[in-house]
Amino acid sequence: MRDKNYTRREFIRNLSLTAIAGMSIPLLSACSKEEVEDFLQKHFLEMTEEEKKRLIAKLEERYQQKYGKKFQISMKEAQQDTLWGYGLELSRCIGCRRCVYACVKENNQSRYKRQLHWIRVLQLKRGNLINLENSEHYYNPDTVPEKGYIYLPVQCQQCQNPPCVKVCPVHATWQEPDGIVVVDYNWCVGCRYCIAACPYKGRVFNWGEPNIPPEELNTSVHYLGNRPRMKCAVEKCTFCIQRVRSGRYPACVEACPTGTRKFGNLLDPKSEIRYIIENKRVFRLKEDLNTDSKFYYFFEG
Amino acid sequence: MKKTILAITFAFLLGIYFVSFVSGVSQEFPVSPPPMTEGMFPCSSCHASMEVNRKKRELKDEHPDIKLHHAETMRWCLDCHDARNRDKLRLYNGEVINFTEGYRLCGECHGNVYKAWRAGIHGKRTGYFAGPGKRTYFLCAHCHDPHEPKFKPIKPEPPPLRPTEPENAR
Repeated sequence: MRDKNYTRREFIRNLSLTAIAGMSIPLLSACSKEEVEDFLQKHFLEMTEEEKKRLIAKLEERYQQKYGKKFQISMKEAQQDTLWGYGLELSRCIGCRRCVYACVKENNQSRYKRQLHWIRVLQLKRGNLINLENSEHYYNPDTVPEKGYIYLPVQCQQCQNPPCVKVCPVHATWQEPDGIVVVDYNWCVGCRYCIAACPYKGRVFNWGEPNIPPEELNTSVHYLGNRPRMKCAVEKCTFCIQRVRSGRYPACVEACPTGTRKFGNLLDPKSEIRYIIENKRVFRLKEDLNTDSKFYYFFEG
Repeated sequence: MKKTILAITFAFLLGIYFVSFVSGVSQEFPVSPPPMTEGMFPCSSCHASMEVNRKKRELKDEHPDIKLHHAETMRWCLDCHDARNRDKLRLYNGEVINFTEGYRLCGECHGNVYKAWRAGIHGKRTGYFAGPGKRTYFLCAHCHDPHEPKFKPIKPEPPPLRPTEPENAR
């Protein structure tokens, strides 16, 4: 017997809700326990120490199975009173790309299908620095530097006011207290909105499963840095977070044969980068966009 | 009496302060050992017994592989290498320094680069910049050949693959 008017609309509504609820049970049970655990993982910034340790153990186990090597995943936090800054002396860059490939080796980037480079070296005609749209980055002469050109390496500028962080719909990318903008690869959904937002083309995307030759894997990694990524994750330069948090120079700084690259702590008044900012005529790229980038380019005599 | 003692002590201390400038002692830098050709150092093993020939000439008998392309119209070997003691370098005023302090010699002409190097912003950097490890300074000669300092052009690493290249595409 009907108490109230039980309409057709209500009947269909109740039926669909039951169907959806009913479907989710076999769906979740079809996933393995691991996949469910992954799905229900908490955001990195909300995890307790215990949960982080368990996450590291789980990932190390997975990497051991997948790559056959023992990885050391660090979750070292930012040090106090540090804000990393980068200096680039453009009069010395010869465009040899040693920095690009040192970065690839250090940070476990995919080598083919797809090849991912975090650093991009632009070749500009001398006197034409402002027109970055007219740059060439596929240059391949016999020897560098070519006469009449300057070379401008570009990577993630670790902006203090990052547009990529603002647009991420799931908060998979954020800025750490020491200035590095990081991505949690497990949390990233792969929408690529951050790539669209970045004015410097600093981010790249894993369109497929990354391919790295196993003998070239770097096993000392950081969770937010150079650990092996998976399909559908965005990645970018992290200032070699696994190196700088222990006081070592990033890989690109060490690889440069002409001493173009300088690195240091902007909050330490005696650091090299502070000396450069105070004594050289530094500029940053696309200043008009107010991203407050950390890359200070300058020309020497 | 007290005043004179005070005055003398003050003058003495002032004297010590100024003497340090006169002797030209500059800050010591922790540099890695100079990159000598194998078997060459110490140079005095040959040169102690040879007589000094100060005539400017091209070396043909020994050291033929050293071609000087560094202000060679204005200087020659014995303007930088001390004539009497070949294990040392010679500054413009005749002062003799070790190879480990070679940056002082280069700094005499390349003053602005020397100033930048002292501040730590010139040249290659490796290792640690803070924390447990130590920062190493490189000598000028580690990167720049003092006889032929101009860098030769090198072959660049390969360019990035285009997205449509077969090695990159799915």
